[in-house]
Amino acid sequence: MAKRKTKRLSSPQELEALRESIIKDRDPNQTCIVICGGTGCLALGAQEVIAAFRREIEKGGLEKKVDIRITGCPGFCERGPLVVIKPKNILYQQVKSEDAAEIVSETVKGNIVDRLLYTDPDTGQKITYEHEVPFYKKQKRLLLGDNSNIDPTIIEDYLALGGYAALSKVLFGMSPEQVIAEVKKSGLRGRGGGGFPTGVKWETCRQAQGNTRYIICNCDEGDPGAFMDRSLMEGNPHSVLEGMIIGAYAIGGHEGYIYVRNEYPLAVKNARIAIEQAEEHGLLGKNILGSGFDFSVKISRGGGAFVCGESTALMASLEGKVGEPRAKYVHTVEKGLWEQPTDLNNVETWANVPLIIKNGADWYSKVGTEGSKGTKIFSLVGKINNTGLVEVPMGITLREIIYDIGGGIPGGKKFKAVQTGGPSGGCIPESSLDLPVDFDQLTKVGSMMGSGGMIVMDENSCMVDIAKYFISFLEGESCGKCVPCREGLKRMGQILTDITEGKGKEGDIELLERLSAAIADSSLCALGSTAPNPVLTTIRYFRDEYEAHIKDRRCPAGVCKELITYLINEEKCPGCGLCVKVCPVEAITSMGKKKPVVLDQEKCIKCGACYDVCNLDAVIKK
Amino acid sequence: MVTLTIDGREIQAEEGTTILEAARENNIYIPSLCYHEEVTPYGACRLCLVEVARNRRERLVASCLYEVVEGLVVKTNSERIVNNRRMIMELLLARCPNNKTIQDLARQLGVEKTSFKLEDKQCILCALCVRVCQEVVGVSAISLVNRGVDRQMATPFYEPSDVCIGCGACAYVCPTGAIGFEDVGDTRHIRWPNNEMECKLKKCKTCGQYWAPEKQLDYIIKRANLSPDAFDNCPDCRD
Repeated sequence: MAKRKTKRLSSPQELEALRESIIKDRDPNQTCIVICGGTGCLALGAQEVIAAFRREIEKGGLEKKVDIRITGCPGFCERGPLVVIKPKNILYQQVKSEDAAEIVSETVKGNIVDRLLYTDPDTGQKITYEHEVPFYKKQKRLLLGDNSNIDPTIIEDYLALGGYAALSKVLFGMSPEQVIAEVKKSGLRGRGGGGFPTGVKWETCRQAQGNTRYIICNCDEGDPGAFMDRSLMEGNPHSVLEGMIIGAYAIGGHEGYIYVRNEYPLAVKNARIAIEQAEEHGLLGKNILGSGFDFSVKISRGGGAFVCGESTALMASLEGKVGEPRAKYVHTVEKGLWEQPTDLNNVETWANVPLIIKNGADWYSKVGTEGSKGTKIFSLVGKINNTGLVEVPMGITLREIIYDIGGGIPGGKKFKAVQTGGPSGGCIPESSLDLPVDFDQLTKVGSMMGSGGMIVMDENSCMVDIAKYFISFLEGESCGKCVPCREGLKRMGQILTDITEGKGKEGDIELLERLSAAIADSSLCALGSTAPNPVLTTIRYFRDEYEAHIKDRRCPAGVCKELITYLINEEKCPGCGLCVKVCPVEAITSMGKKKPVVLDQEKCIKCGACYDVCNLDAVIKK
Repeated sequence: MVTLTIDGREIQAEEGTTILEAARENNIYIPSLCYHEEVTPYGACRLCLVEVARNRRERLVASCLYEVVEGLVVKTNSERIVNNRRMIMELLLARCPNNKTIQDLARQLGVEKTSFKLEDKQCILCALCVRVCQEVVGVSAISLVNRGVDRQMATPFYEPSDVCIGCGACAYVCPTGAIGFEDVGDTRHIRWPNNEMECKLKKCKTCGQYWAPEKQLDYIIKRANLSPDAFDNCPDCRD
C-alpha cells in the first residue's frame, strides 16, 4: 500500500475522492494475515506472534504478496492468539510464534494448516472459516464485526469501510433536529446501563439553556470481567469518534471529552491516535469538512475509581475534583460539566450512531425487541467454554448466549446462575434461562443490563460467597459519601462473611432483605441503589443455600472453607502419596504402600490441594 | 413564590429554596445531620429524605437538595420514609453507639437498638467541618480522604496542617462533637478523629492573656486588610 500524503479534507466530495482512491489502491483479493492485537491476545503472547509473522514475510520477500494487519479484539478470546487469513476468512486459533512459518508458506501455496483450525467440540469436525465457528454463528456483529477489518491506528482502514460517510451525510444533508429525530426513531437506548433513550437525551440537552454544551464519551468501564467498551475503543476508535461528532452536531456542542480509565493504556493510545488522524484529515476540529461546524475532543484519563463511571462523579473528576456523585434533581443534560448542559453517552452508544445514520432508523430498529433495539455486546466470562466478547441482537435468550455461543459449561458441570449487569447486577437462575435479553426483561427478574458483563457460574459456585464477593467489591468502590451505601454495604459484607464462616444467625436473611431495601431506596446515586441486587437475587433464587449455611452450618457447593471438611476415603485410597507431597502444612501422613493415608484435621487448612491432585476421588469434600 | 403542599399543609415558598428550608420556615420538622444553612447542601446523611409526587410519580428525594416547584406534594413521614430513616439511624447507631447526638436522634426516630455489630466512632462523615473550612473559613485545611468504607476525615497525609489557622470552626459546626478543641496555656489543641495538631495562641500586650490563635489573627488581618497591630490587644483590653 502506498503511503498517502495527508490532506485536510474540506468538502464531502474530497472525502469521497479520498475514499475511492484508498479502495482503488487495495486489491480485494490480496492475501492479508489479520492478527488480533487486542488486550486478551496480547496477554496470550500475540506480540511474539506478530513479530514472527513479520520476520517470515520479510524472509520470504513476500511484502508485496501478503499484507499483515494488526487489529483490535474480534471476541473469541478463549482461543487466542487469533489469526485470520483474508479474504477467505480462514481462522487459526491458539497460534504460537512457531506456527508463523508454516502458516505463511502454506497460505502462499493456497493451502490450509489443518492442525490450527478450530474443532467443533460437538461434532469433532474441524472448521475452516471464521463465520462458520459456532461462537460467531449466532452473533450479529454490527459493531464488533469491523474490528478484524481495521487496524485501529490507520484511519484509511476505517475510511475504506465507509467511515465518516455518516458524518458527511449529517453535516451536508440533515439539520440537527433531523438527526435527533432519526436517533429517536431508531429506538437506541444508552448502553452504559441505564437504558435511557439516547435521542431524548440529545434533545433535552440541545434545548437546555447554557453558554456552551459539552459532549462526553464514558469509557470508564470498571465492572470486574467486563471489556466491551475497552475492545471497541481499542479496536475501532474512529466509530466512537464519528458518533461523538454527529452527536455534537445534533446537540450543538463544540467541545468533547473521552473519559477513559488509565488502566486501559491501549484504549488511551488508540483514541489519541484516532483524534490526531481525524484532526489531520479535517474530520475533527475547526470547520469540519468545510461545513463550518467546529468540534474538538480531548482525552481525560481516569484514575480507576469504579464510581467515576457514574455520570456526575465522572464530571466531577473531569473538573479535577474528587470523583463523587451528586444528586441529579437537576439533570446533567441541563447542568453538567462546569454547570453547563452536558450530554454523556457510553462508548457502545456512540459507536451505534454512525450505523443508524448510515443505514437509517428503520433498518436499525428491525433488530431487537419492542423496547430495546439493536445489538448488545456482552463480555461472557466465568465458568463458560468460550470466554470472550459476544455481540447479539436484543431479544436473544440467555440460553442461546450461554450454550450456543458460549459453548456451555466446562467439564460437563451443571449451570447454576449467570450474573448480568456487573457487580450490582443480579444472579439469574436456570429457570430464567429462556428469558429474552433486553433492558426490561432483565430488570423484571431482579437483574439489569448494566453495561454488559455476563459472569457464568456452575454448580461449584456458592451463591452466598458470590454475593459476598460482589458486596466486598462495592464496599471498596462506593465513594463513601452517603450513609446507606457506605455503612450499609459494610454491614452487608459483615453479615455475609459471618454466614460463610458458619456464624450466621437466625434472622440474618430477613435483616439482609430489610437492609437491602433501605440501601436501594435511600442511597444518593445508582451505585448504592443497585448495590443490593446481588444479595437480593441470590436470596430470591437460592434461599435454600443461605439457609443451609445458617441452619445446618453447611456450604452445599463446598466453597466456604469454614464449613467444609476434607476426608480420606479409605476404601479408595491406595496410599500413592501424591496428596502427601502437595499438602503445604504436612497434615497428611503416608502409612506405607497400599495403605490409606491419614489426614490430621487439626493441621488441615482446607486449601483443597489434596482434593485437586487426587485422581481416584479418594479425597472427599464434605 | 410557589405553592406546595407538605404533609397536607399548603405553604408558600420562594423559588430556589429547598424543601427542607421551606419546611423549617413553616415549622415542619424534618430530621437531618449534614445540613447547615451556611454551607452548600450535601445530601449525605439521607435523614432528610421526603417523598415527592409530581406527574403522578412518587420518589424519595433529599429535601436539603430538592428545590420547591409549583404544585409539589411532599410527604415527610410516610411509612416508606420512616422505614428508611430508621435503618439509617440503626447504621449510625452501630457506628457511634456512644454518641449522645446519635443516641438522642435514634430514640426520637423510634430506634432503641441496632441490629449490627458495634463500633466506637464519633464522626459520621457528614463533611460539615470540611465544607465550613472550605466555604466559610476559606482555607481547606481538612478534607475527606480514602474511598468507601475506608473514608475518613483528616488533613492531607494525616500531617499537621500548615494552612489550618486554628479557628475551631470545624469543632463548632460538628453535629456529633467528634472534634476536640482545647486551649492550654499558650497552645490550642485541635483533635480531629484521625489526627491532631497544635497552634500557638497570641498573648495580649496589655493583660498578658493568651486569647486567639496567631495564625487566625494574621489571616484576618490579611483578609480584611487591617493594620498589623490591629490585634495586639485582646477584646477586653481594646479601647
